[in-house]
Amino acid sequence: MSDELLDVDESMPTNTVEEFLRMERMPHIWCPGCGIGTTVNCFAHALETSGLDLRKVSVVSGIGCTGRVAGYLKLDSFHTTHGRAIPFATGLKLANPELKVVVYSGDGDLTAIGGNHFIHAARRNVDMTVILINNFIYGMTGGQVAPTTPLTATASTTPHGNFEEAFNLPYLAESCGAVYVARWTAYHVRHVTKAIKEALAKKGFSFVEILAPCPTLYSRRNKLGDGLDQMVYYKENSEVKNDIDTKTVSLSFQGKITVGKFVDKERPTYLDAMNEYYGKKFGDKYTPYKG
Amino acid sequence: MKSDPKGVLTGAHFIDGDHACAEGAIAAGCRFVAGYPITPSTEVVERIADRFPLIGGMFIQMEDEIASSIAIQGAVWGGKKAMTVTSGPGFSLMMEHIGLAAMTEVPCVFVDVQRGGPSTGLPTLPGQGDMMQARWGSHGDYGIIALCPNSPQECFDFTIKAFNLSEQYRVPVLLMMDECVGHMTERVIVPPADQIEIYPRRFYEGPKEEFLLFKPDNDMVPPMVKAGDGYNIHVTGLTHDEKGYPVMTVAAQEKLVHRLIDKIKMNADKIVEYKEDQVEGADVVVVSYGITSRVAIPAIDQARKEGMKVGHLRLIVAWPFPEKRIKELATKIKSFVVPEINYGQMVHEVERHSAGKVRVELVGHGGGAVHNPKDIYNVIKNSVKG
Ligand SMILES: Cc1ncc(C[n+]2csc(CCOP(=O)(O)OP(=O)(O)O)c2C)c(N)n1
Ligand code: SF4
Ligand SMILES: [Mg+2]
Repeated sequence: MSDELLDVDESMPTNTVEEFLRMERMPHIWCPGCGIGTTVNCFAHALETSGLDLRKVSVVSGIGCTGRVAGYLKLDSFHTTHGRAIPFATGLKLANPELKVVVYSGDGDLTAIGGNHFIHAARRNVDMTVILINNFIYGMTGGQVAPTTPLTATASTTPHGNFEEAFNLPYLAESCGAVYVARWTAYHVRHVTKAIKEALAKKGFSFVEILAPCPTLYSRRNKLGDGLDQMVYYKENSEVKNDIDTKTVSLSFQGKITVGKFVDKERPTYLDAMNEYYGKKFGDKYTPYKG
Repeated sequence: MKSDPKGVLTGAHFIDGDHACAEGAIAAGCRFVAGYPITPSTEVVERIADRFPLIGGMFIQMEDEIASSIAIQGAVWGGKKAMTVTSGPGFSLMMEHIGLAAMTEVPCVFVDVQRGGPSTGLPTLPGQGDMMQARWGSHGDYGIIALCPNSPQECFDFTIKAFNLSEQYRVPVLLMMDECVGHMTERVIVPPADQIEIYPRRFYEGPKEEFLLFKPDNDMVPPMVKAGDGYNIHVTGLTHDEKGYPVMTVAAQEKLVHRLIDKIKMNADKIVEYKEDQVEGADVVVVSYGITSRVAIPAIDQARKEGMKVGHLRLIVAWPFPEKRIKELATKIKSFVVPEINYGQMVHEVERHSAGKVRVELVGHGGGAVHNPKDIYNVIKNSVKG
C-alpha cells in the first residue's frame, strides 16, 4: 500500500452515519460479511432524511446478532429479552405516544419465540416500525433452524436438512393487519433505506423484512460461499413485484426472491381506535389519551 | 409527594381485595396496567379496565403474561407507573421479566394472587405456594421486595406501599396476595388524596454531561430518566457498566450484581416490616403471613386462654426477611410455629435464621382451603411442651 493511501485526514468522519452510532462501542460483534451492519447503515440514512426528532426515536431489540443493533445506535435504545421486543415496544409507545418506536430484531426472535407478540401487535395496529433481519437462521446461538429456514436447507439442528415449511413473513404480517409491508435484501441498499423511511412515516404497524447474509453459519453450512456470494445470489434472483399478493411471495432454498412494497394502506391505530371509541362512548367526560 | 386526587375514591367502600388492589394502584399514581386474565386475580384488571378510561390511564389486555410483564417495563421507560397482575401459572411465565426488571432496575409492581398449585392446581382456591418463587424465581442473583396483605384494606394500602418501595429502590415489588384476601369482601377506607404519601420517581437532576444511567446515589440506587429526554440511554439485560453498556467480565458482573443485592440488603432495616403481638416473654412465637395470619389468631387465643405464652409475628414484608428479629427471638423463646398454605417455604427462612437454637415447627397445608385453627393450636400446644 502506498503512503498516500494511508495519509487520511483524521478529522474527517470516515463513516457518514457515525453520528447515529455509539462509536465508543466499536468494533461491533458482527462477523465479516454479515449483512446486519449494512441494514443499520440503511436505517441511519433513513433516519437522516426522515425529519424525525431523534430524541424522540427509541429502538427496541430482542436477543440475537440482530438484537445487538439497539446497543450500537445513538438513540434511546433497549436490548430486552428474547422474543419480547414487541410487547416492550407496545408498552413504551402506549405510555408515551410522542415517541417513534422502532423494533429491530432477528427472524427467530420476532417470529419463533416472539411470534405471538408479532401477530397481536399487527392485529392491534400498534404504531411501531418493525425491521426484521431474516438470515434464515438463529445466528447468535450457532446456526440452528428457524421458522424462516427454507425447506431442505441445513442448520445445526437440522443436520440432514429442514423438512418444516417456513413462514412467508409478508403474508403473515399482512393477514394480521400490518399497514405497511415490504421485503428487500441487503443488496438493495437504496430500496431498504427508502422502505424504512416510508415505514417510519407510516402510522400504524409497519413491517420491513430484510434478507441478509449470515456467512458464518447459514452460508458456510449450506456451502453457499461467503457474504459476497450471498449478495450475488440476492442480486441475480430478486424480482421486484410491488403490490403483488403476499400469498405468492414464499421463499425457497436459493430460489427466486420476490421483493418490493406489498402493502401500504390505512387503518386506525390502536390508540386512535381507543380514543375514537371512548370519545363516542363517554362524550365530554372522556379526555383523549395522549400518554 | 401526595397522591393525585384524580381517581382517588375517598370514602368507605365494601369491596374485595382484588378491587381494593386496583384502587390502591390508582391512588399510587399507576396509569399503565397490562394483564392477562387468570383466576383469582382477574377482578383487579377488570376494575382497572372499568376505571382507567376516565382518569387518563392505559389498560391493555396483552396476549399473555410474558407480554404483560414486559409491556409494563416499556411503559416505565416511557414515564408511567405500571403494574401487572396474575396468579400462579402466569406468575411462572413472568419470571424472566422479573429478572429483567431487577437487572435493569425498573420500578414496577407485580401482583400475584396466589392459588393452589403446582401447575393449574386449584384455580379458584387459595394457596401460598409462590413465596420462594417470589424470592428466587428468576435465574441469577438479585434483590427483591415482596409484601403480604391479609385484608382488602391492606390490599389497598400495600399496593400503594409496593409502588412507593419500587420507586424508592428501583426494584420490582411483588404483592403476594392469596385467593382469600383477593376474594374476601370487607370495609376498605380510601383516605383523602392529600393523606396518601407517594414516593415520586427518582429522576436525574445533575448536569447532563455527567449523566450515567446506572450510577448509584449513596443509597446504591441510581436515578432515572425517560425515553425521549434526550440522553440516548441504552438499557440491556446483559451485565452492564454504569453507562448501561454491556461488559462481559467477572469484575463488571461482581460490581453490578452485588449492588442489585446490596441495595435491598443494606437498606433492609428500612424495608423490613412485621407486626408483633405479645412476643416479649413468649415461649412460642407463631410466624405467619397473608390470610394465614388471620386464621392463626383463634389458635393463638385458645392457647393463651389455657395459659400458654404465645406470641405472634406477622410478616408484612416477606422479602427481605426479618432475619435479625428471628435471630434475636431464637435466643429468647422455646420454639417457632410457622403455619402456611404450602408444605414448607417461609419456614425454611425461620429455620435458617434461628440456626438450630430453637425448635421450628411447620404447620403445612397443601392448599385449597385455609388451615383449621385447631391444627395450628395443636402444634402450638405440643411445641410449648418442648
Ligand atoms: C428465552 C431465551 N431462549 C433462548 C435464548 C437463546 N437465544 C439467543 S439469540 C437466539 C436466536 C436468535 O436468532 P435470530 O432472532 O434469528 O437472530 P440472529 O442471531 O440470527 O440475528 C436464541 C435462541 C435466549 N436468549 N432466551
Ligand atoms: S453469526 Fe451470522 S448473523 Fe451473527 S454476526 Fe456472524 S454472520 Fe452475522
Ligand atoms: Mg436470524
